[in-house]
Amino acid sequence: MRTTNPIASLLGSSPFKPLQAHMRIVNECVTEVPALFDALVAGDNTALVEQKDKIFAKEGEADTLKHDLRAHLPKSLFMPVDRRDLLELLDLQDTIANVAQDIAGLMTERDMSVPEGMAEPLAAFVLRCIDTCNHAATIIEELDELIESGFRGRDASRVQEMVEALSKLEDETDDMGIALAQSLFAMEDDLKPVSVMFWYQMLQWIGDLADYGEKVGDRMLLLIAR
Amino acid sequence: MEIISEWGFLFIGMAVVFGLYMSWGIGANDVANAMGMPVGSGAITVKQAIIIAAIFEFAGAFIAGGTVTKTIRKGIIDPSSISGSPELLVYGMLAALLAAGIWLMIASTRGWPVSTTHSIVGAIVGFAVAGIGVDAVNWGKIGSIVASWLVSPLIGGVIALLLMLSIRKLILNTENPFDKAKTWGPVYIFLVGWIVSLVTMFKGLKHLKLEFTAVESFVAATIFGIFVAIIGKVLINRIQVDESADKDYHYASVEKAFTPMMIFTACAMAFAHGSNDVANGIGPMAAVVSVVQNTGDIGQKAGLPLWILVLGGVGIVLGLATMGYKVMQTIGTKITELTPTRGYCATLAAATTVVLASKTGLPVSTTQIAVGAVMGVGLARGVGAIDLRVVGNIVLSWFITLPAGGILAAAFFFLFKGIFS
Repeated sequence: MRTTNPIASLLGSSPFKPLQAHMRIVNECVTEVPALFDALVAGDNTALVEQKDKIFAKEGEADTLKHDLRAHLPKSLFMPVDRRDLLELLDLQDTIANVAQDIAGLMTERDMSVPEGMAEPLAAFVLRCIDTCNHAATIIEELDELIESGFRGRDASRVQEMVEALSKLEDETDDMGIALAQSLFAMEDDLKPVSVMFWYQMLQWIGDLADYGEKVGDRMLLLIAR
Repeated sequence: MEIISEWGFLFIGMAVVFGLYMSWGIGANDVANAMGMPVGSGAITVKQAIIIAAIFEFAGAFIAGGTVTKTIRKGIIDPSSISGSPELLVYGMLAALLAAGIWLMIASTRGWPVSTTHSIVGAIVGFAVAGIGVDAVNWGKIGSIVASWLVSPLIGGVIALLLMLSIRKLILNTENPFDKAKTWGPVYIFLVGWIVSLVTMFKGLKHLKLEFTAVESFVAATIFGIFVAIIGKVLINRIQVDESADKDYHYASVEKAFTPMMIFTACAMAFAHGSNDVANGIGPMAAVVSVVQNTGDIGQKAGLPLWILVLGGVGIVLGLATMGYKVMQTIGTKITELTPTRGYCATLAAATTVVLASKTGLPVSTTQIAVGAVMGVGLARGVGAIDLRVVGNIVLSWFITLPAGGILAAAFFFLFKGIFS
């Protein structure tokens, strides 16, 4: 006899666990980024390529998870949150990994020697941006607890506080990014124009990591808000 | 009349065999559906579920199963329409049992979520319309039965929603949920014992020669509720905070505190299921026995012999022990999404609704009500995702079950009629 339990089939597989799994992979992906810059500063090309490969692999993993989740989120699923918010959250998470991939790609495609005096603030900037992503990932880990409490109450307010903290982190990265851009402005005349252009691009992308991290937090607020 | 006096013994034998077959099918399949939630949420093991189901299904059938049996036995068919030829009722009820039992088996092997209740009601209506005439069916009663199929899942859903919201308010969204869970836990267990026993007693237990006034019912239910609450308190007090599994609000430990509560709701659910669904198996059986024993007089006064209730209970337990075991094992691994708090809400809501329906004599579908209750929990944003297509399938399955049971029953009716007369 086949099991005919309607209750078992009624409970569609929850999209929240895969969403969390996706964010974990994304977080692993960006966590590899600082080592990329370390390798760049050290001038270690093999390590650089190695790091790039790691990031590309993780990005690919995240992509697979994203497609799986999208494919298994039929319209007939009734969820405690708006499906659009959920899908957009997933997209934002995925964008973080995409940006990390872009950064890794650019760094291995082109000679991106670090301009004089920028190595230290750059490393700090990268780390801060990664912190922001890490923090976003911890907020996503709260989804478990949020479902438990029905997206209400103390746990919801705690997530709200976490998102505020995330926003502060992102502000910091903005300042650091601006400071780096300013030092780049100052050196513009001594550097190759194309290099300058690509470094602006690079700074932009690193900052994007934090930006999308923040957006992930903002989306979580939408899940809580009714 | 001669037919009945001549073949009476055989008819009773057939009724017992078919009734057991149907009860076995109920136990094999339906009980597993009813007990799936406590097993799935990890509160009890399959073995414990079998033991609980065996005891409480039987108790439910025995204590509160009489009213629905009466509806199945003589509420659906207007007795005056066949007073001249009582053998038609015998053929029909035998046909209905066989048809519903077979339909249940077909559906089970195909994996369709059919309801035993719908099968038997469809079968009885089917033979009556085909064999006796459209007027033989008490359409008013059918109307109220079908209405209850729509209303009862709704009631189950609303109760589950309210329970879920109360748990959230009183326990989950508080400063220290685990302490609150320990405080309120016994109250929720009290609720299980109180509601189920109150609803059971409210209309009196006539066939057990026990009748209570409203006040007596309240007092007795409260005493019973307090009694189970004390047992529950002892169990809950043994639960320790699980630091490793907890995040910030000890929700994992809260869920552990709800685990013993599921044992009580499982008992309530088994009781509720027994009180309602046993009628599907024994109602027609009782009708045949009553006709034969009164040698053709379709006696309105004849009570329900206790041995028939016992037989129904035994059949269910047999089905459970032989097939239901397997079904439950597979279900147990599939409903992991339902945590003990959600399982508690859904099961208590479903059990309450089913017992309520049982006492009003309405044959409802336990599975359908359980589905309604789970949807209620989902509405409280309690479950990750609910697959609405399954709801569609369930609704579709009754639209198929009613005529399928009816056509099968009509065919068997004419077969028996051809054989015996």
